[in-house]
Amino acid sequence: MYNQILLAVDGSDHSVRAAEEAVKLATGSPESQVTIVYVADHANAKNEVLHSGSSMELDLQRRKKIHPVEETMAAQNIKYKVEILHGTPGPAIVEYANKEAFDILVIGSRGLNSLQEMVLGSVSHKVVKRANCPVLIVK
Amino acid sequence: MLEKLKTQWFGNVRGDILAGTVVALALIPEAIAFSIIAGVDPMVGLYASFSIAVIIAFVGGRPGMISAATGAMALLMVPLVRDHGLQYLLAATILTGVIQVLFGVFKVAKVMKFIPRAVMIGFVNALAILIFMAQVPHFIGINTLTYVFVAITLAIVYIVPRFFKAIPAPLIALVVLTAITIYYGFELRTVGDLGTISQTLPTFLLPDVPANLETLMIILPYSLALAVVGLLESLLTANIVDDMTGTPSDKNKESRGQGIANFVTGFFGGMAGCAMIGQSIINVKSGGRGRLSALVAGSLLMFLIIVLGNVVIQIPMPVLVGIMIMVSIGTFDWSSFSYLRKAPKADSVVMVVTVAIVVYTHDLSIGVLAGVLLSAIFFVAKISKIKVEKKLLEDAQYRVVGQLFFASVEDFLEKFDYEVEGQKVYIDFSDAHIWDDSGVGAVDRVVMKFKENRNEVIITGLDTGSQKLIDQLAIFTNDKAKLPSH
Repeated sequence: MYNQILLAVDGSDHSVRAAEEAVKLATGSPESQVTIVYVADHANAKNEVLHSGSSMELDLQRRKKIHPVEETMAAQNIKYKVEILHGTPGPAIVEYANKEAFDILVIGSRGLNSLQEMVLGSVSHKVVKRANCPVLIVK
Repeated sequence: MLEKLKTQWFGNVRGDILAGTVVALALIPEAIAFSIIAGVDPMVGLYASFSIAVIIAFVGGRPGMISAATGAMALLMVPLVRDHGLQYLLAATILTGVIQVLFGVFKVAKVMKFIPRAVMIGFVNALAILIFMAQVPHFIGINTLTYVFVAITLAIVYIVPRFFKAIPAPLIALVVLTAITIYYGFELRTVGDLGTISQTLPTFLLPDVPANLETLMIILPYSLALAVVGLLESLLTANIVDDMTGTPSDKNKESRGQGIANFVTGFFGGMAGCAMIGQSIINVKSGGRGRLSALVAGSLLMFLIIVLGNVVIQIPMPVLVGIMIMVSIGTFDWSSFSYLRKAPKADSVVMVVTVAIVVYTHDLSIGVLAGVLLSAIFFVAKISKIKVEKKLLEDAQYRVVGQLFFASVEDFLEKFDYEVEGQKVYIDFSDAHIWDDSGVGAVDRVVMKFKENRNEVIITGLDTGSQKLIDQLAIFTNDKAKLPSH
């Protein structure tokens, strides 16, 4: 049974598909809980702060990105909570996943920016290599 | 309290020492380059970076933020140094500190919220453009080798970090290219051609300026500009570090801390500085979170200069130019282009005007001031649009929608049809608000004009604030009052 499910999202369509799979896993057990993590990328910090009026507005913008994922959870009555991490997406997700005890980590296969991926490698690849729990990559 | 201080200093020792080391190495070329921009010896920027970073470690309000000599401040000093010399700059630095301490005491940081984001975006873009422009005389039309070295430097700083991140790429470029230049004896301008490096610790000195009113009048405008720009960049940086670390910070303490740092730095032969966006991001990314990292960065910087001073003067200028071009590219807000397309027209205009004024005047403070004023005017223009809807039934019925204040009274007055006689005129203010005595005066004039033609005016729907103003200021309730004549 997968009781503690970690769902890493970036607000893309892929993360909504990953959320749908997480829902399937979660419906298997009445005790399961999904933790949705979103990483506020350090690389975008300057840009995001500059273009938002206040830290509250910035927080709201990030919550908006997660909203479709939250809706997917809510529609199926899945228990979930949201965590916003700050850092570089790959390492931040791995650190969080390894710090807490999760039964499985669910993540979408591609993120938003294919150019960055070409240069830096994909976040999901890094997560698979270094996370201690099983990882489900959703295509 | 003591517990909090302990975490701020020793909560992250390993990360802070590592990040502080990285920052110290990345600071050296910038401190030298910013000194050259300001037109002073490299030591002035290096002493400033040492002293500001170390003092801020103790008195700053945002642990994890790096402050030192910066481009924004250096650009403001250029005319002062050119016309009056270094001693006046040191005096101005001390006065800047005093002003910033006052900013902190009077909680000026709060005023930041009145600076629209369009102005802040304009600020960083203008800063980037000015840093780039300051490099042009150091690489255009010198010789071919200069261009080659600038290009190689840029290649190193952009390509190396893709594969190797432990040492800051600018430092790699600096060391490798300086070594090559010395080895092959290339004909390139060096830091030594533009100033001297002394391998000594800074000493306490009073600036050598006459202590009179004339001196004050010379330095005051510069100090004010430096204080404002320094605070602005420091608070923007603090917000960025707040976001990156997910922790809040004390903005007024930071302002006071910047002031103390500049005040002391002026006595130790350093130029005014502020928080650095780029270095603070490097610090946090490298794992720096506490006060220790700024202390390590400042002290290590000084140590390296004392040990390596005679190598530093041999750094070729094209390498510094390359690094500064990287800094300006990193400072520029590249999403501004999509911002210009998406943002409301007024905001785009404010952004572009801010940049244009700074690039024209070479003064960031004037640009910010102009940007804030312009957006204030746009804002007033926007909300001064007032609508008066008219329904002609048996009686004349008007409904006012919008804000009634000094900028909207003229429109408001024109919207009524005063040609009626002996009627009941209803004016509904349910969707309006009266803000000032001009607004009340306008209501007065409308009522009087209607009454001249023996109409009866009934005003309804005033909200509490508007009603209060009317009660205090309006004369129309008094039937004998005449229409003010002018």
